Amino acid sequence: MLTVSHLKRPGLVDASFSLSLGECVAVRGPSGAGKSLLLRAIADLDPSDGEVSLEGCPRNSMSGPQWRQLVGYLPAEPGWWADRVGQHFRDWAAAKPLLDRLGLPDEARDWPLTRPSTGERIRLALIRALANDPKVLLLDEPTAALDAVAVAAVEALMAERVAAGLAVLWVTHDAAQGERVARRFLRIEAGQVVNEECRA
Amino acid sequence: MTGYIALSAADLALGSLLVLANALLSLALHLGVHRRLLIAAVRMVVQLSLMGVVLTTLFSHVSPLWTGLAALMMILFAGREATARQDRPLAGWWSFGLGTASMTLAASLVTIFALTTALGPDPWYDPRYAIPLLGMILGNTMTGVALGLHSLTNGVALRRSAVEARLMLGASRFEALGPVIRDSLRSALMPVINSMAATGVVSLPGMMTGQILGGVAPMEAVKYQILIMFLISGGTGLGAVAAVLGSARRLTDSRHRLRLDRLTSR
Repeated sequence: MLTVSHLKRPGLVDASFSLSLGECVAVRGPSGAGKSLLLRAIADLDPSDGEVSLEGCPRNSMSGPQWRQLVGYLPAEPGWWADRVGQHFRDWAAAKPLLDRLGLPDEARDWPLTRPSTGERIRLALIRALANDPKVLLLDEPTAALDAVAVAAVEALMAERVAAGLAVLWVTHDAAQGERVARRFLRIEAGQVVNEECRA
Repeated sequence: MTGYIALSAADLALGSLLVLANALLSLALHLGVHRRLLIAAVRMVVQLSLMGVVLTTLFSHVSPLWTGLAALMMILFAGREATARQDRPLAGWWSFGLGTASMTLAASLVTIFALTTALGPDPWYDPRYAIPLLGMILGNTMTGVALGLHSLTNGVALRRSAVEARLMLGASRFEALGPVIRDSLRSALMPVINSMAATGVVSLPGMMTGQILGGVAPMEAVKYQILIMFLISGGTGLGAVAAVLGSARRLTDSRHRLRLDRLTSR
């Protein structure tokens, strides 16, 4: 279980909630309400106050890199550090099944970074994040730039991973998507987690 | 030494006519730089004359205290200059502090190394050797440190999402900053590499020219110049590594987060 208690940072008033392993919670709220700031704070990419722990282990008991291997984060615009797509993967062959599943060709390995579209980049970054085998995955509008087929593929893949025990915090603007992927919702307004509603 | 031709004030006045000619050119062509040109020329004359007086005094006393003090002043000016050359320096005293500390480390180590081994004057801190040597090493180390820091801080700010992408996947801060650090060190070393490659073909170094004009045999002057180039490349490398790694550390924290809030925003 991921437990967040009294998490604060500039732009985020006070967030407390928990997320079980094998659960997907959708995060909703207007633009600029602090959804991305919340995800960055949980991933420990920016300084923040409050307690965050995973299965009883406070994040300060491990190093930043160890924490981020357990708690993966897929930002809305993922970054790339090398010239070719394949250089961003430790083991391209191991990623192959997921590439197939999300409609990406094997040749993508040699693509220069100028080649993939926004939607392809998101899918590549999702596969890259899953390759670390995280316990928790923080998704920031992962399907905003995808077509209907790709959205369905990503949702199906995530549902499978959640069933296998992955915890997912899924930021989405699409109400229908929220209903599809999650049973529980967090609503963020003006930097505050204002309510949690459960669906039967 | 076979002696040299001493210059009189009239000789210098004659030379200064060329600067005046430049100023007239600026007026005639509306370049608008005549004021700055004349001020810079006057500054150069005043600063060098003061340096002449200081060196004369230092040389006649051979005191470790005064030599050290002069070296310290030179290092502080170099630190200020290296900070001023950056677009987004580290906030607070960090930029000046880290730049100055790395230059102090690199320039003094290399200078003392040369003074106690190859040159070996007696005493080793004899200002006639120590001060000009430090000046040459420091000047080049400063260029390297300033370029390295400029490239690091700019690179981190521009390549933020690339650096953070690696951090998100669990890379350590030095892994994530690796490409930016390598680029910064490369740009710090480039001027030394280029000047070593061009020396003797395209340019005659100032120090060697000075020695030859002063009556030293060309081969002797060349040997001095070769040693100086080695010392300069050693100082630049050491200073740039210390400054760039120190700043990379300051740009991240113990939780391996990128801390761009520690840069001055312009």
